[in-house]
Amino acid sequence: MNIIKFLDEFKTDNLTKTMSSRRDAFNTFGSLGKKAAIAAVPFGIATMGNKAKAATFMQQDYIASLQLALTLEYLEAEFYVKALDSGVLTDNAKAEAIYQQISQHETAHVAFLQDQLGDNSIDSPEFDFTAGGAFDPFNDNNSGQDVAYGQLLALAQAFEDTGVRAYKGQAGNLMGVADGAVLTAALQIHSVEARHASEIRRLRGLDGWITLNERGEDMPSQTQAVYDGEENLSQATVDVTTLGDGDPFSAEASSQAYDEPMDRTTAETIAGLFIVS
Amino acid sequence: MMKNKKIKVETPTSLLKGNKRRQFLKLSGMALAGSGLLLACSDDDDNILDPTDDTVDDGMGDDDGMGGTTPFDLGAGDLGVLNYAYALEQLEAEFYTRVLNGTYWSGAAMEEKNILEALYNHEVNHREFFKAALNANFDAELVLPAELEFDFGSVDFNNRDSVLNTAKTLEDTGVKAYNGAGKIIETVDYLLIAGKIVSVEARHAAAIRSIIGGDMGDFKLFAGDDAVSVGNGLDGAENPSVIIETAGAFFVTPFTANHLP
Repeated sequence: MNIIKFLDEFKTDNLTKTMSSRRDAFNTFGSLGKKAAIAAVPFGIATMGNKAKAATFMQQDYIASLQLALTLEYLEAEFYVKALDSGVLTDNAKAEAIYQQISQHETAHVAFLQDQLGDNSIDSPEFDFTAGGAFDPFNDNNSGQDVAYGQLLALAQAFEDTGVRAYKGQAGNLMGVADGAVLTAALQIHSVEARHASEIRRLRGLDGWITLNERGEDMPSQTQAVYDGEENLSQATVDVTTLGDGDPFSAEASSQAYDEPMDRTTAETIAGLFIVS
Repeated sequence: MMKNKKIKVETPTSLLKGNKRRQFLKLSGMALAGSGLLLACSDDDDNILDPTDDTVDDGMGDDDGMGGTTPFDLGAGDLGVLNYAYALEQLEAEFYTRVLNGTYWSGAAMEEKNILEALYNHEVNHREFFKAALNANFDAELVLPAELEFDFGSVDFNNRDSVLNTAKTLEDTGVKAYNGAGKIIETVDYLLIAGKIVSVEARHAAAIRSIIGGDMGDFKLFAGDDAVSVGNGLDGAENPSVIIETAGAFFVTPFTANHLP
């Protein structure tokens, strides 16, 4: 598997190109805004110019955030559809029902985000869920049902836990957009991803929540990036282990009680493992 | 009392240095609250409003030494949301405290016992976090009292169904509450905290639902159609007024949310 190559293609051929053309569009919009401001308020040039610029950056940020979200939803939606088609789940009614429910949600999230983005929507990347042959979640390479089943669950856990962290990482960019409607919708997707994550983890025999930076038993080492940083114990500068005595304030419980955000680059890198172009 | 509010030196543990000042200015900008604060800060007798008149909401709750019997008000903006979250976390923490003292939990299957113990741990941690964060950033008069009183008369802590169904309701309510409160938050650091907590509440809700669903052979209940919209795959989101009404039966200590939607 050539991770670098994947990342490279992902960055150059897909998101970056899309982003830069968007950026050009916004720059045009931004300078128009600035000109309009100058014309309208000749004595407030500096202030209005900065305000127009700030508004432009904010719009750029929130659209880029929703595009990242859509990329992750494309990945999840296609993964669950293929999982249900693969036959790997047919002997397990419980797992199949769980995947059906999650699949329904992820497909709906794709449609919802496409609709929200409108003209700024992006096309789905092309995915390779074997990550260049490292995994065989759909048993396409005849690794056997048991191996495939294990990897199908492990990848689902990695995708859901990543989704939770990635949405959280973008929340700040959505503040105040459309009177908070965009933020609220993103939060409503974010908590659904967390429900999914909890159930997939439990299906794998883990707790529904994340302890320290543990990826959990039988999770491939490639997924460790999903969990790095989850061991944080400092919330808004408060070390929450110092707030009391006993089990609720152990490092384990204190880390479980708060999910940590993930920045865009990390989310893109993780998704990039599964993106061909 | 409200002495020297503007120039009070922030403690090193303060989350956001400018926040208290901004909160003060914001409150001052509101006609009634502003008058109340000014009067509270001075001994002038030329009162425009009577600060002990509790038909006038001073936006500061009522354990503030300013007389009267009106309930504590959560406040506006970040303060209001943090107090609101503190109230909900007190409710959840108290519920699980009682669960762990009940006979259902002591005799429960290991999986359920472990889940409920974890939920207790997390909610107690959340409760103490909000207490610390509020007290580090706002004057004590503005912070919801610790140890609110609750009425769990509707719950049988010795009964599995009663405990699990109440837990499901409380966790789902927590998710909807944080999802709906996000848009009210003014400071990005607080939004992030709400985000860090709401996904854990959703993990809880799914785990409890998964146990209940397992009993019924409904393996989709962890994110059931009753919680997540079939049409767009979105979870619930409700304003504080709706949540407080829903959970109101559990609260004995009255409080109001007159400055929250």
